[in-house]
Amino acid sequence: MTAFVSPSELAARIKSGAKLAVPPDGSGASVGLTKFIIDSGVRDLHLVCAPIGGLQVDMLVGAGAVSTIETSAVSLGEAGGAPAFIRAIRQQTIRIMDATCPAMLTGLVAAQKGVPFIPMRGLIGSDILRTRPDWTVIDNPYAKDDPIVAIPAIRPDVCLFHAPEADRFGNVRVGRRGELQLIAYASDITLVTVERIVETSLLSDEASAAGVLPSLYVSAVAELKHGAWPNGLWGEYEADADEISRYAAAARTAEGFDRYMDAFSGAMAQ
Amino acid sequence: MTEATARETLIFTIARLLDGVRHVAVGASSPIPAAGAMLLRALSEQRGGEPVRISILGSAEHNFFTQGASELFDCAAQGRIDAFFLGGGQIDGAGNINLVGSGDYPNSEVRWPGSFGSAFLYYVVPRVILFREEHSPRVLVEKVDFISAPGTSPPGVYRVGGPHALLTGAALFSFEGDKGRFRLDSVHPGHTAEEIRASTGFAFAEAPQIKPTPQPDQATLALLRGRILDELAETYPQFAEVLHADATGMAA
Repeated sequence: MTAFVSPSELAARIKSGAKLAVPPDGSGASVGLTKFIIDSGVRDLHLVCAPIGGLQVDMLVGAGAVSTIETSAVSLGEAGGAPAFIRAIRQQTIRIMDATCPAMLTGLVAAQKGVPFIPMRGLIGSDILRTRPDWTVIDNPYAKDDPIVAIPAIRPDVCLFHAPEADRFGNVRVGRRGELQLIAYASDITLVTVERIVETSLLSDEASAAGVLPSLYVSAVAELKHGAWPNGLWGEYEADADEISRYAAAARTAEGFDRYMDAFSGAMAQ
Repeated sequence: MTEATARETLIFTIARLLDGVRHVAVGASSPIPAAGAMLLRALSEQRGGEPVRISILGSAEHNFFTQGASELFDCAAQGRIDAFFLGGGQIDGAGNINLVGSGDYPNSEVRWPGSFGSAFLYYVVPRVILFREEHSPRVLVEKVDFISAPGTSPPGVYRVGGPHALLTGAALFSFEGDKGRFRLDSVHPGHTAEEIRASTGFAFAEAPQIKPTPQPDQATLALLRGRILDELAETYPQFAEVLHADATGMAA
């Protein structure tokens, strides 16, 4: 059964050393839970970006909670590069496993299907493949002379995202953000923050049921208003570009990052 | 007689490079490629040609996908996307692109966001246009420090897509797939072939006659400053204002 908990209880379910899957900015990254995760003192996270990372990833890296990032990119979009991520790469404080978007998604689909790998086109001749000893080129068993990359399943311990609403039964509306369903299918446990919890089952309306992640996959839900902020949330609110730019400027130094995060926690706690 | 601005020349050139495509995908923060695709769509409509579909990733209004991020890649894998744009912190003379960083990997001196979908889309989208406004030896290097995706693949490696052209703020190159190198085709107004040779870090072939990059005629320019600007403003309001200010400054 889906548990309904407070944001700090939700964050406490993410353990040190866990492989944690998160969606991109603007596709349901639970930026609001980030301060709770940092405050929990969790360390040594292995982040899996589905398929790219943004503000939340940069904040977790800046706070020293991350040891490995598996991703096809980390960026603040229009606000530019991810400052804490760039610093961590230069200072060698994190391990990077560079991928390409469809490889991240393919690895998660393999986990969803319970198979060890799925073959994928592209990649051959790239330095991405060369620097990923965990990936193997195999021969297509159905054709001659056709090498293809076998992408191993990515099985996160836990995934976390933010959505507009959940119902009392633990069903969550994800709309057409297929990557949210994907990380939930692939992960052992799924943690969700939502703008609101509604009393009527989201599955009762056939017209919108297809965009709902059933409670079967949802381990725990916490209500967290504006939990995507300063990113936008589809159908709810626009991204706060000024705030993202403020973060981008502040996080250029470690001290600026710390100062920003103190104030960020304060602002969210009000 | 009104002249096109530098950005309008790029937009018009992209529309020319896209001629004949049915479906073009554009990245979320690529206003010039998006404008080029919108211009092609409008021109094709005027000619009574096949309708052109544009998917702008990350846009709510111009994105047809309902299955999330993976649908774009699945679509491309099936040959349903004819053209796409890639850039890079470094591009070399063999068409290799680097979106990861400069210096030794993995602890890059300068780290860029990462390869995004390039290590797949470059292989499967038939007409990939490399677009980077900065034309300098820092970007156009002899050899990239990290290959996010290679320009060509050896025989036996599945490859139906690849580079079609390289467009910078100064010049237009086509890509000679059989030779695995670029060829300088034209130079934008205000630039010279000599300048391009000096500011390109890799060796390239040259067309027998390097022409000035073609400019839009008056009707096309009017279309660009009217309908295209309006369409563009829906997704890229700030960029549409910049284009408008450019054109107004030109007229004054």
